[in-house]
Amino acid sequence: MESGMAYEKDDLMINLKATELRLGLPGTEEETNEDHHQDQSSLSSSALKNRKRHSPEITREEKSDHDGEETAPPAKAQIVGWPPIRSYRKNSLQQMKKSEAAEISGMFVKVSMDGAPYLRKIDLRVYKNYPELLKALENMFKFTVGEYSEREGYKGSDYVPTYEDKDGDWMLVGDVPWDMFMSSCKRLRIMRESEARGLGWGV
Amino acid sequence: MSEDDDRSPPSDAAATGITASGSGGSTSVELFPAPYPDQVLENVLENVLCFLTSRRDRSAASLVCKSWYRAEALTRSELFIGNCYAVSPRRTTARFTRVRSVSIKGKPRFADFNLMPHNWGAHFAPWVVAMAKAYPWLEKIYLKRMSVTDEDLVLIAESFPNFKELVLVCCDGFGTTGLAVVANKCRQLRVLDLIESEVMDEDVDWIACFPGSHTCLESLIFDCVDCLVNFEALERLVVRSPSLKKLRLNRYVSIGQLYRLMIRAPQLTHLGTGSFSTSDGMIQGEQEADYASAFAACKSLTCLSGFRETLPELLPAIYPVCANLTSLNFSYANINAEQLKPVICHCHKLQTFWALDSICDEGLQAVAATCKELRELRVFPVDAREDIEGPVSEVGLQAISEGCRKLQSILYFCQRMTNAVVIAMSKNCPDLVVFRLCIMGRHRPDHLTGQPMDEGFGAIVMNCKKLTRLAVSGLLTDRAFSYIGQYGKLVRTLSVAFAGDSDNGLKYMLEGCPKLQKLEIRDSPFGDVALHSGLHHYYNMRFLWMSSCKLTHQGCREVARALPRLVVEVMTRNEVDEEDIVDDEIEILYMYRSLEGPRDDVPKIVQIL
Repeated sequence: MESGMAYEKDDLMINLKATELRLGLPGTEEETNEDHHQDQSSLSSSALKNRKRHSPEITREEKSDHDGEETAPPAKAQIVGWPPIRSYRKNSLQQMKKSEAAEISGMFVKVSMDGAPYLRKIDLRVYKNYPELLKALENMFKFTVGEYSEREGYKGSDYVPTYEDKDGDWMLVGDVPWDMFMSSCKRLRIMRESEARGLGWGV
Repeated sequence: MSEDDDRSPPSDAAATGITASGSGGSTSVELFPAPYPDQVLENVLENVLCFLTSRRDRSAASLVCKSWYRAEALTRSELFIGNCYAVSPRRTTARFTRVRSVSIKGKPRFADFNLMPHNWGAHFAPWVVAMAKAYPWLEKIYLKRMSVTDEDLVLIAESFPNFKELVLVCCDGFGTTGLAVVANKCRQLRVLDLIESEVMDEDVDWIACFPGSHTCLESLIFDCVDCLVNFEALERLVVRSPSLKKLRLNRYVSIGQLYRLMIRAPQLTHLGTGSFSTSDGMIQGEQEADYASAFAACKSLTCLSGFRETLPELLPAIYPVCANLTSLNFSYANINAEQLKPVICHCHKLQTFWALDSICDEGLQAVAATCKELRELRVFPVDAREDIEGPVSEVGLQAISEGCRKLQSILYFCQRMTNAVVIAMSKNCPDLVVFRLCIMGRHRPDHLTGQPMDEGFGAIVMNCKKLTRLAVSGLLTDRAFSYIGQYGKLVRTLSVAFAGDSDNGLKYMLEGCPKLQKLEIRDSPFGDVALHSGLHHYYNMRFLWMSSCKLTHQGCREVARALPRLVVEVMTRNEVDEEDIVDDEIEILYMYRSLEGPRDDVPKIVQIL
């Protein structure tokens, strides 16, 4: 079977043809088909035939979509074992992406404390609940948080943990369920109790 | 029989080693106290042959005559078996009786990509059982793509009192239980290297099982053992292993723990970090200085790897060692060009560099600007899909070819490529021995000209006169293969996927490449006629793999009939319905020469013709 590709003879393409580096003997020309610079659809007819016969290799999903069609497979088809990357490496990269996705998705929030010269940043995903978060903040900034009650907020401490939510409002840490807090918290501020009192919080 | 290349299989008579000469023949001459002249000659020969180390030389020596055959067999201490099914343990141990080191390779490479049934074979068990009896002084075992069980490891630990080195590459079937026994019982153990193997977490603290006293450990590589390690035990182990030069940790070892190990082992030459990140993504100022000083203290460090979960802000810690590095493996570090540049600009001596394509063409340009001694480059994709933009392209490859003229080996994954750049590389890097280009989009042509990639690969085989290994990709016609057949006279390993137009493609390769040993082909339109064109050559090859091509049962059966010493395995990869099999077509052909005939451990899915 002859090669299904041919080279463009049109002079308009001469810039390519003239600079083309060939290894064949001078005078050997072949026919090309014009479409070949479109990636996925550039297939010789035998390659198309192959696609059909290779159906066991293609996942079942794709097979049921394209049985009997003489077209290029969808670009997103997952062919087994292609590209040839060892599963060990693939799995390692998956794990890596998962842990890095945590960083990229903005779970890192700034934490400021009234009176402190610079801010800190923490990854909210590291904590499973409010007690863990508050303990970490206490350690980081060397203060204690006081006792939380729904009615009165935090009692018995010089500082009150607050956060800015998605709507831009300043909220008291601990009022909403942890998951809701995690998804709505944009930044944290450890507010001085005196200021908090001014806003009607605390005792 | 060793799996040496370029040899046709010897006749059976040679295997029995019976001499026709008038002397007592065998060298068990305890019954004949007076040395025969032949015996003296054999003693001399043995003493001389001890100096032959190359297995090709030994193979040649063994063919001279029967007495050389015997002497060579007695003096061969390193055994290499390229295909575990080409020869049996029994035959091997019968011929070679004084072996200290064994290397065995099992599954063909395409098994790594899930193209082979999981239980296909390559079991180490029959080998270790035979060797336990025959080679009590065995010191070293190197296995690649074999199935190894915990029981096998226990047998190693119990049978070889002088055992020194265990290296398992791409193996599976064993777990931490087996490792614990090896660690504990092999008191002379110097090397325990587990590389890209699948190790089962059997919840055993194997690190703690090393003997409590001084160890002889020189190399401990366990980055693929994906289980938590007992860090205190590891630290104590490092402290009592003064000869330790190579240490590669897994991702459960934090950077703080790495620091503690490094200050205990400044003599390290090869280091694989665990996780190169902090758990909260933050660095305390003094920490950064500490890490750098720990690296600076390792004055002999030449080879750095690991970097799972890399926090780029921590990379400055390695600056002190960059100038001495000959090998840097960033292939798990998802860093960009800007993060790479400050590191790579120091690495003037670098010879081996592995990276992810996250470094982009720009990162490769930085490599090309500094690493003039580069011999080996591998660029892996972060995102191994076919239809995406792709951060590296012909631009990066062009830069490398211009900057790294001494390049010998390249593996390059990309989404687009041009013939011009591949041709340029063939001219700029004449020392290339290994050229593996993987254009991830199947059937992708030259993205500038729209032409097949024939000319590029053609130039590689034509201009790189030392080329022995080639992997092709992209849109390729039979013409590419005619170039390979015409110019690829030294090519031993060839990897083909989604390429070619007709049987001619395969014919060109089989008829044109006299040194071809390992040919692996997938999804290419080569059929029975092409298969038959290689009959003259198959006995000289280690194996031929063809999957999803155009072969039929009938065609393969004819080959099996024509070549009785070839084992022709035909299989389906998984449970495929009867309706899916069209026209007697087969899915996978894997055939290899063998002295043993069909193996007896074949799973149902495999048929031997």
